[in-house]
Order: sequence, then structure tokens, then C-alpha cells
Amino acid sequence: MSGGKDRDDRDRAADKAREEFLAEAQENVELLSRDLVRLDEARAHGRFDPEVLNEAFRAVHSLKGLSGLFGVARMGDLSHHLENLLDALRLGRASLTPETLDLLFEAVTAFHQVMREQAEGAPEGKEGPPVGELLARLDKASVAGAAAATDVLAAFALDPGLLAVLTEYEEHRLRQNVQDGRSLYRVRATFPLETIDKGLDEVKSALRPLGESIAFLPSADVTKPDEIDLEILFGSSHSASEITQVLAGRRCTVAEIPRAGGEVARTATDVSPREPEEPLEASLRSVAQTVRVDIRKLDSLMNLVGELGNVRAGLDEVLQLLRQQRSVHSLAQGMHREMRALERKLDELQAGVLDIRMVPLGQVFDKLSRVVRKLSRDAKKEIRLDIRGGDTELDKLIVEELSDPLMHVIRNAIDHGIESPAARTAAGKPEMGTVTVRAENRGSHVVIEVSDDGAGLDELRLVENAIERGLLGAAEAEALSPREAHNLIFLPGVSTKGVPDQISGRGVGMDVVKTNIARLSGIIDVRSERGRGTHLSIQLPVTLAIVQALVVRAAGRVYCLPLNSVLESLRIANDEIHLLSRREVMSLRGQTLPLVRIERFFELETDRPPPKRSFVVVVGLAQHRIGLVVDELVGQEDIVIKSLGVALEGTPGIGGATELGGKRTVLVLDVAAIVEEATSTRSEAA
Amino acid sequence: MADARHVLVVDDSAATRGFLAATLESSGQYRVTQAASGFEALRLLPRKRFDLVVSDVNMPDINGLELVRFVRELPEQRTTPVLLVTTDGRESDRERGVRLGASGYLVKPFAPEELLRVVASLLPRPDEGT
Repeated sequence: MSGGKDRDDRDRAADKAREEFLAEAQENVELLSRDLVRLDEARAHGRFDPEVLNEAFRAVHSLKGLSGLFGVARMGDLSHHLENLLDALRLGRASLTPETLDLLFEAVTAFHQVMREQAEGAPEGKEGPPVGELLARLDKASVAGAAAATDVLAAFALDPGLLAVLTEYEEHRLRQNVQDGRSLYRVRATFPLETIDKGLDEVKSALRPLGESIAFLPSADVTKPDEIDLEILFGSSHSASEITQVLAGRRCTVAEIPRAGGEVARTATDVSPREPEEPLEASLRSVAQTVRVDIRKLDSLMNLVGELGNVRAGLDEVLQLLRQQRSVHSLAQGMHREMRALERKLDELQAGVLDIRMVPLGQVFDKLSRVVRKLSRDAKKEIRLDIRGGDTELDKLIVEELSDPLMHVIRNAIDHGIESPAARTAAGKPEMGTVTVRAENRGSHVVIEVSDDGAGLDELRLVENAIERGLLGAAEAEALSPREAHNLIFLPGVSTKGVPDQISGRGVGMDVVKTNIARLSGIIDVRSERGRGTHLSIQLPVTLAIVQALVVRAAGRVYCLPLNSVLESLRIANDEIHLLSRREVMSLRGQTLPLVRIERFFELETDRPPPKRSFVVVVGLAQHRIGLVVDELVGQEDIVIKSLGVALEGTPGIGGATELGGKRTVLVLDVAAIVEEATSTRSEAA
Repeated sequence: MADARHVLVVDDSAATRGFLAATLESSGQYRVTQAASGFEALRLLPRKRFDLVVSDVNMPDINGLELVRFVRELPEQRTTPVLLVTTDGRESDRERGVRLGASGYLVKPFAPEELLRVVASLLPRPDEGT
């Protein structure tokens, strides 16, 4: 019996170790992929960053070690051969050509496949297509052209003790720096032991624009037990005084390593000036300081935080009662103070839990770079992908769901947006097209904008297409503004293409993109100008775990509306509401806004006549806008949405329930469903 | 066990670190402190007495070779055995490690038993004293 329990424990431990292995392997493959993208970009600009290449090597090296320990032979083989190639590249024995990069990207794809199989639990030895052919090509690339080794280091008065601690790679970088005509320096820096990582990171970033930090040598000084000295071997074409200058204010000294002959002058003056190396981004941050947590654990924490909020609201009500009792007035005062403190801490706790769920969008953007590379080659178009704001953070669940819709959007921009090089030249545009992806945090929202400088949308074709498919009436078509016409692209089956070509044949329509974005409570909008390009804007909530809600009253009941789908709210008089095709609408800044009354939507009975003035809450879903007519705006609250019991599950228009203070259970409206229903009956009526 | 030997395991891969620590601890003879980077090791080494250091070679910033040299400079730990663990048996790096005073070199992948065997061979037996 106890043996069985032991076995269970062991199985659990093994499962956990395996999970950890897969997660770490995944991280390393992603790191590799990101580095390759950066190398590719740098290469396009004629630059090369040895640190990035070395980071890629290290990722594969770790993968090899991991697969060895966890007995995944296919991944082991792949990483072994890939490591050889990367090693040859970083040691300068092979050169980084576009073909080599293609090969490296292929290897990333192969890794993804092996990992998928592993995650699905495919038994080793009985899995997908062989990678043998890829391995052979990796090997072939590794042996291409060996560089002649001349001992350039002899020219420097280098301490043999220093050379001894360098790895082969570091020694190669040292040689490379000397060959490039750079001078060598020893930068000696002193750090408090506790903050050495941060301190060294700062020194490294300060030095980076001036050259390359080749190796770091720690040395102990017994007289200063809380400090540590690090000697940085630094290669640079700048002078010692320039280097000293960027390190001003730090406990550092800089000394040039003299050349053996005693002369310190630079030998080569014709060194092509390197572009200042771009600062390496957050990816170099140590992954070791992170903890992996199952997102479901965070969900339940979030739920707890939400419930604590309700407890707090309950306490607040008790406090209100206490305050009315004169006899306990001073007690109530004290409790009031404690309550405020509790509130602040609860807010911090909530923000903290939310923060754990956040991951940078860069994860998705890296995948995009790979896709653009491949697609533009397939489409024989030259396309540059310009990405900004990869460090913008969103809830992990949203980032994961975002990958497909973004991919579709980019695909469309490449296939349909950007013209062929010939057509671009004829139109007086540069041959190379540009697709820009920009992410920006705007409070509780993130906006992602995808623009291309291609041909733009053909609104006439869109309108024709929508009429042909019966999605739009001729009269309605007349009344469309250009922007509304562009937004027709989000209707199912509507495209700018008359005949589906090979690419549209993939069946990826913008309506799918819209549905995916809507599922994330996002809003999508398109603007386009013929000949100039198309601009898509996607607005997403930062998280779905906790929702800011607008509390409204309608037909004598209280409802919550997720604030991220609310665009604005206005107060209107009854005579501002008009009838159009037997439906209530109002005019908002020159556009027609369909109105929905909550009591009518849910077929609630009210005996009261509609009030003279009401409030309209303008909500948006993907490209649609409607106005919800309510009696009163009560206020804003942070809510955790809970699912309803079986009885109400699937009632259109109800997304769930939440508890407001005082244990009131309130329905949360499903804006998506309401908008869908309102707009679909609208087109039926047309 | 009161006289369990104290081992410092340094590796930037959490999975590998976990594997090394679990293997050593499961033998019941070792107490393991883990360091997730060369830096963490630099912080720990001058302050605690370790009976053995097991370190990865290829780590960012402070590599295993640099760590060996550092240990050899600490008066208190000058004789502490250091076992380097690496994925490739790159001859030149191995030689360097040994020259710097590494006590052993283990190439991944290896079986848990092999790690235990090598570790045991590096430590003086309890009855022999130090």
C-alpha cells in the first residue's frame, strides 16, 4: 500500500520533471527563434552582433543538455547537429549567409514539431517525419570554409592567467576583436556582492555602444567580504578616456592592454566604423529568476481576490451601520481606518496577481517575423516587417489567442495588400513594401496597429461583393460612408477578390479574425486609402481575469457591462431617437447608431412608461457599434465574472454573473451576443 | 543526516539543476544548495563552506571556468573540489578546466549513478577526516 503511494509520488514527480523539461525546452526554442530573427534583421542592415549569435548557441546547447538528460533522442540529435553549426558560426569557421539562416529557421520548425509530439506523449521512436535529411544539411553547412588561424594574440602582452580562463569561444572573440583592429582593455569594476547582477548589467549596457565585453573574471578580495571585483576584458576601437567617460560615477578603472612591442597605437586605421550596436533587449535577462505557474492556479487566486473584495464590501456595510451608533463611534472610527488600509492592500494584491499573468507581446511578434520571411519569399515580394512595442504586456491567455488572428492579418497584408515589385515601381513606390506592427499600452487597453503601404482596399468591390452575397441592401449600400464600406471586409465571405485565388483558397477570411478578436472582447477597425495602404487597429483589454464593469439600471434591474466594450455613454432626450426600418436609431456624430433597449432584448415586462431622458451606452464589438438604452448609470466596479448555473447557461445576451457589494448577485451582459443579434436582424431587415 | 555533505549546484537550466539536486539528495548523503547563475554562486561561495561545487561550464556572464578560478582564490575554499558538468566534451575547455584546478569533468548526458560515483570519488571518505 505504501509502495503504491510511493509509486504515485514518483509518477507525480516524474510528470512534474517532464513538464518542467518541456517548458524549459520551449523557452529555449523560443529564445533561439528570437535570436535568429534578430540576426536576420541585423544582417539585412549589414550588421552582426556576436552576442546574439552566442545566445542562440547557448539556447541550443541547453536544449542538447536537456534532451540528453530527459532521453529525447530526436531532439538530442537535432540540437547536437544544430549546435555544431552554430558553434562553427560563432567561432568564425562558417559564415552566416541567408541560406544558412533559412536552414536554421527550418531547424526551429523541426524543434516545434518534436516538442508537439513530446507534449502529446508520442512514444520515442515512433513519431513524425525523419529529420535525417535536415541533419545532413546542417552538417554540410558547418564545414563550409574554415578560417585560417594566425596567432594575432601574440602581439599583446596578455596575462597567461587570463587566457586560461577563457572558453574557446571567448578566445575566438578576443582574436576577432584584435583582427578587427580594436584595442583591448581591462575594465576593473567593484560591486557589492548583493547587487552584482544588476551592477554588471549596468556596466555592460554602458559599455555596449563602445565595443564588446569579451569575458568577465571575478576575483575575491578577503579584506572586503561584501564586495567583489570583476575584471572585464573589453575590445573597442575607442580610447581609454572615452571608455572611462561612459563609466563615470561607477567604481571602475580602465587600462589598455599594451601591445607586446610596448606601442599602444592602433595598427589598422582603416577599420570600418561599426554601427553602434543596438542595446540587447530584455531577452538577455536571466530566465533562472522565473518560476513557472499553471495559469489555472492564478485563476483561482484571482477568484479569491474577487471574493475578498466582496467580503470587504460586506464589512463596509457593517461599518456604515456601526457609524450610526453613537455609543461605538470611536470604535467605528478605528475600524474605518483599518478598512482603508485593507482596501489599499487588496488593490495591491489584485494588481500583483494580474501582473503575474502578463507576458510581453514580443512572443507573438517573433512568430510573425518568421511568417513574413517565408510568405514574402513565396509571394516573390520584398517586404520589410517593422515591429514596435514588443515589450507591451497582456494577459497570457490573450497573447496566446492572438497569435492566429494576427497571423491572418499579416498574411492578408502580404498576399493582398502589398503589390508586386513591378506594380510598386510603376506606382512610384519603393520596391520594398513595409508592414508595420505597433503595440501600445493605453491604460486598461492595448492597441495593436497593423499597417501596410500596399494598394489599399477596393471599397467598390467590397460593396458589390456584400450585395451579391445578400449581406447588404442596395439602399443601405448607398448610405455607407467609405469607412463603413471598408468594414464590410469583416462580413463572412466578403473579400476584395472577385474569384478566389490560391491564397484566398486557404479559407482565411477577415470574418474569422473578427470573431477571434471579439472572443477576446476586442474591437477591430479598418481604415484604408486606395494606393496608399491599409491600417488595421485592434483594441484589446489587458486581461480578462478581472473586468472593469459599468453598472447600469434598466427596467428596474441592475446589470453589469464589461467596460472594455463600452466606448462612451451619453444622455439623450427621447426625441433624439428615430425610427429607421421600424428600428430605433439615433444619430451620433453624423453616423447612424442602432439602439437596443435591454428590457426589449430580454422581453422583460415593464409597466412604466419610458422616461423622458435616458442614457445610451455605446458599445462596440469588432467593427460594430450599437447603443444600449438604460435608465441610469450607477457606477464602475471591478468584477470577477462567474459562470451561471445550468439553468441560465446559454441564454443569449447573458455572459455570467457577479457579486456586487452586499451579496447582490447581478447579471453581466454579454455585449458580443447582444451586438451580434442586433446587427444580424438589422441586415435581415434591410 | 547530520553529517550530510553540503554541495553547491550551479546551473542556469532549472531542469538540469533539478535533476542534479534530486539525484544527489536522493542518495541521502548530500545536502544541496542551488545557484541559478554564476552570480548566485559568487554570492554564496565566500559565505558558506561547501564540501563540493558542481557547476555547468556554459553559463552567461560568469562561466564555470571562471568560477573554478574564483573558488581557488578563496582562502577558505581553496581545496574544495569542483566538478564541471558540460554538454560537450570539448577537449580544449576540459583541459582549461583541469589546468585551473577543476577536480573532475562530467559530460552530459549521464546516468544518476554515474554522477553519484564521480561525486563520491571526489570527496574524502568521512572516516579519513579532511
